[in-house]
Amino acid sequence: MGITQILFWTLTVLVLFSALMVITSKNPVHSVLWLIVTFFGISGHYVLLNAQFLAIVNIIVYAGAIMVLFLFVIMLMNLNKPSSPLKNKWIQIAGFVAGGCLLLVLVAALRNTEIAKNTVEAGTGDIGLVANLGRELFSNFVVPFEIASILFLSAMVGAVVIGKKE
Amino acid sequence: MPINYYIVLALCLFTIGVVGVLTRRNAIVVFMSVELMLNSVNLLLVAFSKMHHAAKAATMASAGADGQIFVFFVMAVAAAEVSVGLAIIVMLYRNIHTVDINFLNRLKH
Repeated sequence: MGITQILFWTLTVLVLFSALMVITSKNPVHSVLWLIVTFFGISGHYVLLNAQFLAIVNIIVYAGAIMVLFLFVIMLMNLNKPSSPLKNKWIQIAGFVAGGCLLLVLVAALRNTEIAKNTVEAGTGDIGLVANLGRELFSNFVVPFEIASILFLSAMVGAVVIGKKE
Repeated sequence: MPINYYIVLALCLFTIGVVGVLTRRNAIVVFMSVELMLNSVNLLLVAFSKMHHAAKAATMASAGADGQIFVFFVMAVAAAEVSVGLAIIVMLYRNIHTVDINFLNRLKH
């Protein structure tokens, strides 16, 4: 068992545990903090897959910007008191059963890939580096890139319009 | 590392997100579960792009790079979605003074 496998399993356990803590913590602030731990674990997976650009963007955009926005809204609305327990336990049980069924069906449908042929070699290849992705982004994908800027502009205008007091 | 491990990991993360959406009643936690689902899909896209790159690297040097570009655009759309969604939640809180989605049922009646 090499260092890559040990890192893979450590990160996997970290990601799954913190993702479970996100949906089971009573306090929304704890949920946000566990979600940041999840994002760091996913970034570790990206580094293992040699996608360094996405790892850094994941940390900057998700853990840095989006989670700060979540924390800001929670603190602003003073929601950091534990939410009251759900009155109807059956909805919770039904949710867990439905999720389990979904997981069962998806795993059963997808587990028979050809294991010997379809491998992901960790730490090889250079497509995830900034130079290659940047070249690709500004040559083949330049039109979607510009459209994304229009999307951001409209999202910004929409957030301001929705958020302002009338 | 076989691709199956990444598939099962991403499916587990996605299912945790689905269960979070179904069971939690706080709108912000529901929103965070949606982010979790987006991230599981991102992880699977990166794993598949690496797999594709390993299979096609001999003929095309940049095989698989489009998968990672796609992840980049998913992140961009997620950032825009979060800003608008949190603005909507703030507006809801200002109008009905709660973020419990059990009270957000006016479209039902």
